[in-house]
Amino acid sequence: MEATFKTQLEKIACKVRIGIIEGVHAAKAGHPGGSLSIAEILTYLYFKEMNIDPKNPKDPKRDRFVLSKGHAAPALYATLAERGYFSPDELLTLRQIGSRLQGHPDMKNIPGVDMSTGSLGQGISTAVGMALSSKHFGDNYNVYTILGDGEIEEGQVWEAAMFASNKKLSNLTAFIDLNNLQIDGTIDEVNSAKPVDKKFEAFGWHVITINGHDYDAIEAALAEAKTVDKPVAIIAETTKGKGVSYMENAVNWHGAAPNDELYAVAMEELNAALAAFN
Amino acid sequence: MAEVKTVATRVGFGETLVELGNERDDFIVMDADLAAATQTGKFKKAFPERFYNCGIAEQNMVSIAAGIAATGKKVVVSSFAMFAAGRAFEQVRNSVGYPHLNVIIGATHAGISVGEDGATHQCNEDIAIMRTIPGMTIINPADDTEARLAVRAAFECDGPVYMRFGRLAVPVVFDETYKFQIGKGVELREGSDVTIIATGLMVKEALEAYELLKAEGINARIINMATIKPIDRDIIIKAAKETGAIVTAEEHSVIGGLGSAVSEVVCETVPVPVVKLGVYDQFGHSGPAVKLLDEFGLRAINIVEKAKEAIALKK
Repeated sequence: MEATFKTQLEKIACKVRIGIIEGVHAAKAGHPGGSLSIAEILTYLYFKEMNIDPKNPKDPKRDRFVLSKGHAAPALYATLAERGYFSPDELLTLRQIGSRLQGHPDMKNIPGVDMSTGSLGQGISTAVGMALSSKHFGDNYNVYTILGDGEIEEGQVWEAAMFASNKKLSNLTAFIDLNNLQIDGTIDEVNSAKPVDKKFEAFGWHVITINGHDYDAIEAALAEAKTVDKPVAIIAETTKGKGVSYMENAVNWHGAAPNDELYAVAMEELNAALAAFN
Repeated sequence: MAEVKTVATRVGFGETLVELGNERDDFIVMDADLAAATQTGKFKKAFPERFYNCGIAEQNMVSIAAGIAATGKKVVVSSFAMFAAGRAFEQVRNSVGYPHLNVIIGATHAGISVGEDGATHQCNEDIAIMRTIPGMTIINPADDTEARLAVRAAFECDGPVYMRFGRLAVPVVFDETYKFQIGKGVELREGSDVTIIATGLMVKEALEAYELLKAEGINARIINMATIKPIDRDIIIKAAKETGAIVTAEEHSVIGGLGSAVSEVVCETVPVPVVKLGVYDQFGHSGPAVKLLDEFGLRAINIVEKAKEAIALKK
């Protein structure tokens, strides 16, 4: 990847993280940990990979994205705002009465949101439906989704995985955000779905494991995904809470908002990271 | 007397899908390994490339349908009522209902008349749980004629539609002149002493009850309420005002179904007695469907009893 473009993406991901923290802080609620872990993946998808147009968010031939781990809505909203679907100022209305930015994504009201999600395990099935529709009706767009590593404990995920390979949905790519934490603890403590790669392989998927914060790896994996005649699972090893020191690998930041003091710390760190690219 | 034709409403569902398949190619049909029973197998045979079998995974099927609908396409999913409404409830609620997507759910084998399969498959709760989902349209056709018209109407509907079909062959009540409209009850017999509001296979029983009551000098009004949601408030309020007592008849639990829907309207507008006939908070069991309908009291004579109860409650 060209260095200046990568720097551009790095800066965008910093802004996405700032948007996540600002939104969650303003809302006094939300899910920062699992939002911060997917900033690079979302940035790459919306600024490089997907065929989309913020000025025409309902284009029937656009690529689709489903945030199966819907609680990471702050990350999706911040990315959409940065991409120009709506003003970043709106991020401060997150979870407030009257806001379009619901606690979990709402496709009816938020420009750029392709599917309403939040109930875990259902998003991947809807992404499978979109991929099937694309192939069946000859529309030839691609479908992307992100699942959590806790989310894949839901049985429906594996029903969807079985169907997708049986129907050879090669236009479907699912990222699994392997950050090792879920609400009640580490995924190993709770009910681990590991080995995740072997499971998806056993369900007939092409599996690629990457560092989910590495743009070169994300780019290479998505390029590889286009060469196979199967649905593709990209196991993205990430750090939950990435970019905010006290949130990194800390289970208590799965679903909690920082107070004013910790908000200031987070903003200082993220602004410093952004400034480092200038 | 000419022999009355009997046919299960699920047959009209399957055959109408084939007709629609010949008329338009903008929809997909899905099933969860019950295509022969639900009758979507007819569509599968006619249009194999437009039919997708999800296997025994109803939750996945419903969410997949939501994804297809989210791309602007029509989709019909089918399974038994127990699994379409029961097992996949939360997928219907969150994947389909919340975004108000155009998914048609063809739920067959509803009610006690599933028969021999017994309690695990006899869904008497589907109307109740589907009714709680905002924006859901629920249609429970009375016979083959209405089933066919309802499937066509569902294709023109905005938002999700839950369609309830039966396994048992039931008499064809309506001829080709019958008009069906979503959200409209139909007055089948005039009457002023009591109103019987029936749905599904109980409509034919209600028409028999009309004759039995008439022989005893009681003039019952008979209403077919195929659309349970949105319920036809006007026809209910008019009946409450003009007849002063209502009986509801459904092959479904008395908790949350037609009886509840009618009671909700009556209580808030023209409070008159509403006596509910249905399955009384119990599970079914195995047996031939027609015997179960006798045993569970879902017959014309039971409607007659309830009509007399309702009249006795009038002030």
